[in-house]
Amino acid sequence: MIVFVSPSPEASAALGEAIGEAAAPGLVIAFRGGLGAGKTTLAKGIARGLGVPDEVTSPTYTIASEYEGRLPLRHVDAYRLRSADEFEDAGGELWLAPDGVCLVEWSENVEGALPRDTVTIAIEIGSGDSRRFTIEGARLEEAPGFRPAVDLLAVGVKTGAGT
Amino acid sequence: MRILGIESSCDECAAAVVEDGRRVVSSVVATQIPFHARYDGVVPEIASRKHVEWIDGVVARALAEAGMKADELDGVAVTSTPGLAGALLVGVQFAKAFAWSLRKPFVGVNHMLAHLWAPQLEADTPYPFLGLLVSGGHTLIVRVEGFDAVEVLGTTIDDAVGEAFDKVAKHYGLGYPGGLVMDALARKGDPRAARFPFPKLDKGEHRYDVSYSGLKTAAIRQLELFWNPEYPRTDENLAAAFEKAAIDLLLDRLLKAVEDTGIRRVVAGGGVAANSYLRSVLASHPEIDARFPPLSYCGDNGAMVAGLGYMMLARGDRSDLSLNASPRVPIYRRGKGGR
Repeated sequence: MIVFVSPSPEASAALGEAIGEAAAPGLVIAFRGGLGAGKTTLAKGIARGLGVPDEVTSPTYTIASEYEGRLPLRHVDAYRLRSADEFEDAGGELWLAPDGVCLVEWSENVEGALPRDTVTIAIEIGSGDSRRFTIEGARLEEAPGFRPAVDLLAVGVKTGAGT
Repeated sequence: MRILGIESSCDECAAAVVEDGRRVVSSVVATQIPFHARYDGVVPEIASRKHVEWIDGVVARALAEAGMKADELDGVAVTSTPGLAGALLVGVQFAKAFAWSLRKPFVGVNHMLAHLWAPQLEADTPYPFLGLLVSGGHTLIVRVEGFDAVEVLGTTIDDAVGEAFDKVAKHYGLGYPGGLVMDALARKGDPRAARFPFPKLDKGEHRYDVSYSGLKTAAIRQLELFWNPEYPRTDENLAAAFEKAAIDLLLDRLLKAVEDTGIRRVVAGGGVAANSYLRSVLASHPEIDARFPPLSYCGDNGAMVAGLGYMMLARGDRSDLSLNASPRVPIYRRGKGGR
C-alpha cells in the first residue's frame, strides 16, 4: 500500500502524470471516491503522462471513452453498470484489451470483472483542496509499469507539493 | 419524399415520418425515464432491452399515425452515432432490416447534426446560425452553415452541463431527472443564496469552452464556503444559485461567440435547452435572435432524424448493410475559431 497526500489539484494531476508516464500495456486502475473527489483531475494527469493530445472529458454519458496516446487509454464510468456481467456486456473485453491502459471509475459496482493485478486508487478528501490517495493492489509489484510509477512518484511528491 | 426516422441513442425510443425534411407527419416518442429513475441515471443494459421490446411498436405507431403503409415510405434514416453503444445498435439493426425488407434506401445520421436540424422542422431557420447543444451528454457551441456544415467552437473540458445538474440533484436527493427537478425548484428559490466560482480557463484556445467539474465539486463538497449565510439553506435556494452559475457560464461563452462571429441568430437544442432560466435570458437578450425548436423536438426524437435523413438521402447519401453503431462523437473536432 502506498499513501500519497496531495496539497492541490496540480499535485494530484502530477501524480497522474507520473503514473501515465510509467504505465505499461495492460495496466488497469480502479478509482474509488465519491462525486467531487478528484477522479477527473487524476484521469487528466494520467492521460497527459501517456501523451494523449485530446482533452479528457467525463465518460459518464457513453460509459466509456477511448483516447490515443503512447498507448491507447480507455476511461470507463461504471456507475450505471450493476454487475461484472453488465460490465462485460457493455464492452468490458474491449476496454480491458491488453494493448492499452484502462481507468475504471466506480469500480466497486463491477467487482469481479477486473483483472487480479488491478491497481486500486482510493481518493479521500482532506481540508480545502488536499486529497489523500491510497494506492493498493493484490499484486502491486506486478501491475504493468506500476513500480517505475511509484519511483517517479517519490520525485513528483516533492515537486508537486510546491516546496 | 416521406422518410421514416428512428432514434434510440439513449433513453427515448422514437420514430417519426417527415415529408421533405420539414413537415412532421407523425412523431412518436416512448420515454424510458421511469425505468431508469431508481438508478438516478440511464442504465445501458435496461435501455438496450427496452429499445428491443419497444422499437417495433413505436415504428408501427408512427406509420399508423401518418396513415401510411411501410412500403409507401421513400427511405429510412437512423441515428448511428453518438450515444450508448448497445442502445444505438438496436435502432441501427432494426433500420437496416426494415429498409432491406422494403428495398428502400437508408442512411445513418449523426445525432448532434440531427439536433441542429430540429429548428428546421415546421419552420425555416436561415443559415448561418450559432447552435447551443446542451444535454446530459453534450455541451457544444457550434457555428452552423448548413445541415452538415458545422464547426465546433466550444465544448466542455470535463463534465456536460446536464450531467452537472444530474449529479448535484442526485447528491442532494432532489429527484430525477435532475435538470427538470432543479428547474422547478429554482423558480421558488433565490440565486443570490450562493455565489459559486466561475471556472478559470485559458483565454486563447479555450475561449468558448466551459468546465463543470469545479462547479459540481463546489456545490457538493464546499457548499458552506460559497453559501451566503443571510439565506436559509433550502433546496430551492441551492437549485436557483446552481442553475444561475451553470447557465451564466454557457451564456458568457455564447455571447463571446456572437460577438466574434457577428452571427446573432442562436438555436438552442438538447434537454438543457428546456431550462426556463436559459430560455428567458436568451429570449430577452438584445444581442441575440433566439430560436427554439418546439419543446417536443428539443429532446431526443425521430422527427429530427427523419428531417436530416431526408437532406442526406436527397443528396444521394446511402448507408449499406455494413453500417455500425458508433458511440464516439465524430463532430467533436475543434474548429479554427469563430473569428
